[in-house]
Amino acid sequence: MQAVVSIIHWLVALALAPLLLGIIGRTKAFFAGRTGSPFLQPYHDLRKLLGKGAVYSHTTTWVFRAAPMVGLGAVFVASGMVPFGGSPAVIEFPADLILVVYLLGLLRFATVLGALDTGSSFEGMGASREVQFSALAEPVLLLALATLGRQTGSYSLSTIFVDIAEHLSIHAGPAMLMGAVALLVVFLVENARIPVDDPNTHLELTMIHEVMVLDYSGPDFAFVLYGAALKLWVLGALLVGLVIPVHVGIRLIDSLLFVLGMFALAFLVGVIESCMARLRLLRVPQMLIAAGAFAIFALVLVLRQT
Amino acid sequence: MAAWVETLLILLTLTNLTLVAMSRLGACIRTVALQGIVLGLLTICVHPHTPSLYVLLLAGGSIGLKSVVFPLLLGRAMRDTHIRHEIEPFVGYGVSILVAALALPVSFWLGSRLPLPRPASTLIVPLAFHAILTGLFLIVSRRKAITQVLGYLVLENGIYTFGICLVQESTLLVELGVLLDIFVAVFVMGITIFHINQEFNHIDTDRLSALRD
Repeated sequence: MQAVVSIIHWLVALALAPLLLGIIGRTKAFFAGRTGSPFLQPYHDLRKLLGKGAVYSHTTTWVFRAAPMVGLGAVFVASGMVPFGGSPAVIEFPADLILVVYLLGLLRFATVLGALDTGSSFEGMGASREVQFSALAEPVLLLALATLGRQTGSYSLSTIFVDIAEHLSIHAGPAMLMGAVALLVVFLVENARIPVDDPNTHLELTMIHEVMVLDYSGPDFAFVLYGAALKLWVLGALLVGLVIPVHVGIRLIDSLLFVLGMFALAFLVGVIESCMARLRLLRVPQMLIAAGAFAIFALVLVLRQT
Repeated sequence: MAAWVETLLILLTLTNLTLVAMSRLGACIRTVALQGIVLGLLTICVHPHTPSLYVLLLAGGSIGLKSVVFPLLLGRAMRDTHIRHEIEPFVGYGVSILVAALALPVSFWLGSRLPLPRPASTLIVPLAFHAILTGLFLIVSRRKAITQVLGYLVLENGIYTFGICLVQESTLLVELGVLLDIFVAVFVMGITIFHINQEFNHIDTDRLSALRD
């Protein structure tokens, strides 16, 4: 029974991930006073792209063609390892949080290799920025997850998030809050959201993530888009799992609560994108170091308690 | 009460972390003012039984001096010298945050080496150490005299935290004396900053070392 629920949860995650992008877009449109595209627009985009043929530049090699598939495969496995709604994930083993972090790293590595393979100077610049920022974001993510692991006494994501509520006391409140802030910053940076990168920008010089995938078309681009949506879901699920730790005990309600939490997170991202301007590139490492300071403080506080 | 003490101490440390990351002097001064309020509340929270006259006097004095009088004095010095930003500190802001964050494990280690009889919370000693370290770091890593005064205040706040959480009420009189001392110190420093600025048109302390008769 537990296995069936876990598989259903995975399918729900795979199905609903692009909807988050739709919600973010709709929220931004609402703030700008426009009607905006329908919530299901990302699905239509994916369907349209899958029906098209792909165009490859003569300068590219097999690396360029393999990158979207490798990336999507990595994040697909990662999405099967993140639990929600009080049920363990499909794939779980001790210390699997490290694998999740490095599967996301593999996705990034594949995207960067594909970008470098095109030989375009713009894409090379985007790749350089992406690697620079994620080199700072990765320790923050690991430190924040280590804080959670230490608090719950387990380093498997499933165990952490299933019984996180039992390990939280009033003394853990500030540490968990700081961990959540660090996770939110990582979530925004890794998904190329606004204080760091503008997903809708039109100038290649200012792009980070979008510029790396400029040369993809057709099904390959659909893979890239869907991979990005899944990454949004995976990192968002970590944050929502921490912010909504309480489980009622009835599976359906817990799952619904979690999905609503994800939608609320997408709405929050839309609000942040509408209210904030993009930071200067020099400021982004500072923001990440500040998030790292939060994560270190949270970890130190948690370490002290035991 | 213990939870409140811990929350206030964490808030104190967070203001320290913001302080090393900020370049606008006005915002820095307001952050130090916030620290004064936090310390005042902390004074009341660590003596939960019956807030005696001494405790209330100390809390009131701390809030009044550190969050009203000092910000006014320093804000005045800032206006008179027409300096708004700490441009080009000796240590950049990114590195500063990193140093302040890495000072946390160090101060927790120091705190574990220093067992004290029944403190109100195990966080007090490490986080007081952290405030002291941050204050020292601000003094050595910043160029402008105003930021250095702020570093001095943070340092004093650390020592004050150390004091109020450990000592018994009879020695609170000492704390009141210390408050008076730093009041005089900040007052004098405010005047000095103004005079330095009038004489040399800047308050960059590193350039003062090259003075000749």
